[in-house]
Amino acid sequence: MKPSSFDYKSPATLHEAVSLLESGNGNAKLIAGGQSLMPMLAFRLAVPELLVDLKRIPGLDVINIGEDGVRIGARVRWCDIARDRRLLRAQPLLMEAITHVAHYQIQNRGTIGGSLAHADPAAEMPGIAVTCDAQIAIIGSAGERIERAANFFTGPLQTSLGPDEILTEVRLPPWPSARRWAFREFARRKGDFAMAGIALHYDLDDKQCVVDAHVGAIGVADRPIRLAAAEAVLNGGPVNENNIAAAAAAARAEIDPPSDIHAPGAYRRALVATLLTRGLIQSIGR
Amino acid sequence: MKIKFQLNGDTVSTEVEARTSLADCLRDNLGKNGTHLGCEHGVCGACTVLLNGEAVRSCLMLAVQADGEKVITVEGLSGDELSPLQASFRKHHALQCGFCTPGFITTAHALLSNEPDADENRIRDVLSGNLCRCTGYISIVEAVMDARKFYAVHEEQQ
Repeated sequence: MKPSSFDYKSPATLHEAVSLLESGNGNAKLIAGGQSLMPMLAFRLAVPELLVDLKRIPGLDVINIGEDGVRIGARVRWCDIARDRRLLRAQPLLMEAITHVAHYQIQNRGTIGGSLAHADPAAEMPGIAVTCDAQIAIIGSAGERIERAANFFTGPLQTSLGPDEILTEVRLPPWPSARRWAFREFARRKGDFAMAGIALHYDLDDKQCVVDAHVGAIGVADRPIRLAAAEAVLNGGPVNENNIAAAAAAARAEIDPPSDIHAPGAYRRALVATLLTRGLIQSIGR
Repeated sequence: MKIKFQLNGDTVSTEVEARTSLADCLRDNLGKNGTHLGCEHGVCGACTVLLNGEAVRSCLMLAVQADGEKVITVEGLSGDELSPLQASFRKHHALQCGFCTPGFITTAHALLSNEPDADENRIRDVLSGNLCRCTGYISIVEAVMDARKFYAVHEEQQ
């Protein structure tokens, strides 16, 4: 199908873009790479009256790496992240997760801000943001605000973004060099949305016991979630066979995944336990 | 809306609605119907073109977003003769009905231009975004692998 009719503006500043969104009275939408929005327009699942393109706005395509962590501008594309070799040390979990994002052509145009704002419950980037406790920078007519990723995602394809707000940057916390981590997902075909996936990282104390375990899951709820019970099992103990099995059992018990045409809930539940087991085993060698 | 961009090396301008996809603009406004539209929602890869040297899906982009950019379609990859990549597709029987072929050619051309030493896994990974219902892909992968030598030489000359 073809999209319904809309106006198109390409403002030069964030301020101008916010004003345009405001003037749209809730019927304006932002576009950048368009890799999620264009299919929604084609299916007329989205029927905006005005599209505001972020393409000319300067400063949104920058990756900053410093002592305060990694800050990635909203218009940074998957291919930009993959090419930035600094991130292999500064955010290896992100680097691995994005290799699962869609396909070559989409990686050349899809943006990190678009993925976060689209908020697909099975998408990798929202999962990484929640797992790493990222902060999301937002600008709107009321000014700037920062939102924790855990509060940003409010439901399937739903976020706390107001109709006049623009996601400008995602901020990932600093990454200690000895941190252990893993990302695993399962999709029927490479590049498809995952039926389920897990992301995890933890640090080790001087007794080789887990400190500050972060375990997140995608594709198992109406938004990306942290698996608090699995984290609690891991914290304070070594990563051994018993604890891995206990964490997988805790994860299996604490989720209530949906059934759909791609997989029944029980399958996703089993999948998360398997992926977490494999991820924890993989993390030991990192 | 009036837009102007570089198409296969020539500057073109045309009038489109804001909602017109780049794919429809190329085919309907500019007569470049080598770009094929399979699914029109970013799944099949048949409409792949090069935007500033990178493979993108022209159905997942508005024509107005191409304003001021450089676009190359399958027509822009060869003159009167087949390009080495196209000749390799013929040699390896890498097409049957041919509908998906422009998307495979543009995608593989972008890949080999940027990564002339791509291995089979990388080629398969990149081509996984293009659907072909005739060939079973094996001959396509072989054609792309065989064409690598032309890109490697090309790169040394530059």
